[in-house]
Amino acid sequence: MTYFFADLPEYAAMILFGIGLSILMLAKNLVKKIIGLNIMDTSVFLFLAAKGYVEGTVAPIVTAEELGRIDSALYSNPVPAGLVLTGIVVSVSVTAVLLSLVVRLNEEFHTLDIDEIIHILRKRDREDL
Amino acid sequence: MNKEKRDRIYAILCTILTIVFIGIMLFMATGLPHLGLATNPDINEVPEFYVEEGPEETGALNAVTAMILHYRAFDTLGESCVLFVAAISVFILLRIDGEASNETVVAIDRRYEPVNDPILSKTFLILVPAVFMFGIYITMNGHLSPGGGFSGGAILAAGFLLYLNAYGLENTERFLTSKLYRRVTALALCFYAAAKGYTFYMGANGLESFESAGIPGRILSAGLILPLNICVAIVVSMTIYSMYIMIRKGGFNK
Amino acid sequence: MNFVQNIPALSILLLMFCGIVCLVLPARWARHLADCAIALVCAASVVLWVAFLRGQEVFTYSMGEIGAPFGNELRAGMLEAAAATLFSAVTLLSILGGRAHLRADIGKKKVNLYYISVLFLLCSMLALVYTNDLFTAYVFVEINTITACGIVMSKEDGYTLAASMRYFIMSLIGSGLFLIAVSILYALTGHLLMSNIQEEVAALYASGQYRAPLQVSIALMGVGLSLKSALWPFSSWLPDAHSSASASSSAMLSGLVLKSFIFLLVKVFYRVVGVTIIPTHAILDLLLVFGILGMIMGSVNALFERDIKRMLAYSSIGQIGYIFCGIGLGTIAGVAAAMVQIAVHACTKAMLFCAAGGLMDASGGSKKFKDLEGAGRRDTYAGVAFIVGTLSMIGIPFFGGFITKLSLVTAAVEVGGWRNTLSILAIIVSTILTAIYYINVLAIIFRGAETGPTTAREKLREQWKKQMRLDTEYELAIVLFILLNLAIGLQSDRLMDVIRTGLAMFG
Repeated sequence: MTYFFADLPEYAAMILFGIGLSILMLAKNLVKKIIGLNIMDTSVFLFLAAKGYVEGTVAPIVTAEELGRIDSALYSNPVPAGLVLTGIVVSVSVTAVLLSLVVRLNEEFHTLDIDEIIHILRKRDREDL
Repeated sequence: MNKEKRDRIYAILCTILTIVFIGIMLFMATGLPHLGLATNPDINEVPEFYVEEGPEETGALNAVTAMILHYRAFDTLGESCVLFVAAISVFILLRIDGEASNETVVAIDRRYEPVNDPILSKTFLILVPAVFMFGIYITMNGHLSPGGGFSGGAILAAGFLLYLNAYGLENTERFLTSKLYRRVTALALCFYAAAKGYTFYMGANGLESFESAGIPGRILSAGLILPLNICVAIVVSMTIYSMYIMIRKGGFNK
Repeated sequence: MNFVQNIPALSILLLMFCGIVCLVLPARWARHLADCAIALVCAASVVLWVAFLRGQEVFTYSMGEIGAPFGNELRAGMLEAAAATLFSAVTLLSILGGRAHLRADIGKKKVNLYYISVLFLLCSMLALVYTNDLFTAYVFVEINTITACGIVMSKEDGYTLAASMRYFIMSLIGSGLFLIAVSILYALTGHLLMSNIQEEVAALYASGQYRAPLQVSIALMGVGLSLKSALWPFSSWLPDAHSSASASSSAMLSGLVLKSFIFLLVKVFYRVVGVTIIPTHAILDLLLVFGILGMIMGSVNALFERDIKRMLAYSSIGQIGYIFCGIGLGTIAGVAAAMVQIAVHACTKAMLFCAAGGLMDASGGSKKFKDLEGAGRRDTYAGVAFIVGTLSMIGIPFFGGFITKLSLVTAAVEVGGWRNTLSILAIIVSTILTAIYYINVLAIIFRGAETGPTTAREKLREQWKKQMRLDTEYELAIVLFILLNLAIGLQSDRLMDVIRTGLAMFG
């Protein structure tokens, strides 16, 4: 219990991940699905960012005067920061592609509802036969 | 009716599934190492090496930059490629090809854009140079202070978007055409891939490469990190700008 | 250091470089550049493979001066070299085989974009095969996802757009699960390189620390990657995506993209978790059960399908089930069977999709069975390819499918209990179903009229004078595919040897 409050970001990340996943599965509206995806990704970034911090340390940027006698115990972990950076870029690119896909689907079917789109396609299929 | 029922069952199942999933994840989270302790498994020789050896070996004072552009550069090269590939996918989806495109593009542009709005253009006249300066500053100081190519590039892209929204596509294309976009992006990424290919090859084969750390703390130090940061900034800003222009207008005019 | 050791890194970088250069080239040059680059990579992978056959040891290649545990690494052994050869060869043949369709399906100004996507797709698959770093794997998984969707949606009609949306969302759930699993593993072990994680995981298992998070993260990785490789209950997106795309896109997606994720999954299981620990994990049972269900459900769905490309796509779901069944057995023999199945199915299904493209051309562009009657006689190459593919899929001796079924049954006999009975039963049932629906297709394409409606290709012939070359490319690709399949069937002993030595180098 002593660590409960310190560990809150971990729990929050897990709950957010679940929420994002459920939106991704349940929402019919494609834009909402994309929002769900972003919530999911952000939860992972929260998790990683929380992991990188060590109590009583500062960001891992040294000053020029310190060179030669750097003590790594004074700085937090740089690795999760790098991972979050990569993750953010990936998430942005994926969101852009998804949004443009939504634009095209909306032009084609005049709806954002994935079920309706599948319904329209089924109907077209039947007319073909 | 039947379909509604099925949807209902699907929704209930999904909800139960997510609740179970969240439960498992929370249970798992209680077993994870506690946050903020210096004894955690992830505080091992790796971050120690990055922080203690990184500045002298690479010349970059920012350990995160040293890590992403030197030690784990292959990841970052892949990351830039994700951006590039995403832009390609957006082009596949949204670029309007053919003869009629020009008129439709202009029409769309007119409809959504407050062209020559005096308040907008005067405000942005002051704002845009500042944004550009800030973006360039962040990019160039990536190895000395917080920042780097990705964040700097995003700010530069914001500058381009502001300019575009204040003065319209026609004015922006006086200096940023699709040809320029393609050439600059390809050049920056090619330089990036070639430079990294060179260091990978040299490093893995145990050969001496020409890059030197320089004097840490100076702008012109840290070997390839500064040029790579500039390349990344170019790629990021161009990609974001082109994605925006595709989603808004379906293509460049020129 | 031997020069061949540079081949993995150089082929990945070469593909990346050519992909970028394609952006500024004219369409025709982009096409030639893509062909040449892929052929070159294929040749280089063969050289690497031969080096391994001649006694080259397994090696790691540090990307930069500093290797493990600080920098990125590649790692190559016999299995990786063989997989890289397979992937690049099948990509090349798929592009050749579907070129006529690419001309018809893709807007003239978007040809470059398609070839960029193909180059990056192959690049990401090679990176997944060679990488020794989990986070690099995540980045390239995303490149793979985006480019795979790119080559689906480049056809730009309503079907492909909707299909790629579903494909994308399913894939992204998979990569989200993979990412959080990587993060948890990083939090537990403090490393991102596979070999370092394995040491730490073994130590954690021995001490019993962090047992729950470790189990959960392994399970999440398994579920995430099997989502992306279309294990049965998660495969509802596959028939739409694979059937609506252009012929060479379908061939690459069904033949290769799914396999690259399975290869990564095997790597995660045997190189990250470790050969001693993974058989005790419940995820294997889960994969086995769903693999078996997939074998049967895929075949049942294919049985009722009246559309040739959808039928092939459902058949892929069934065949993916075989791979997961092999992995789920949890023995090295099972994984070897899964690897054989990866090779066999990659060649056969890519060939069948290209041939299906030819059959559709010979029938006025329709995918429906009722229009395809006699198509096998109108396009003899495609007809022969379908005969070879059918024999291989059913598992007639001297064809590739036989050796996978044989090795899978042998692997299943070795493990006892319910796994044994269930998997052998499923193999029998699914073989019978496969035989029924493939022979049904053969019966359809070889009966009826020898003359059909004006073919799409004849229309193309009027439009392009270079028609002769397109036909030659298609025929060449089909002939090479047939030869590849026969070679795999006839040289199965050697293939098994390669896979066994490769797996011995793996862990």
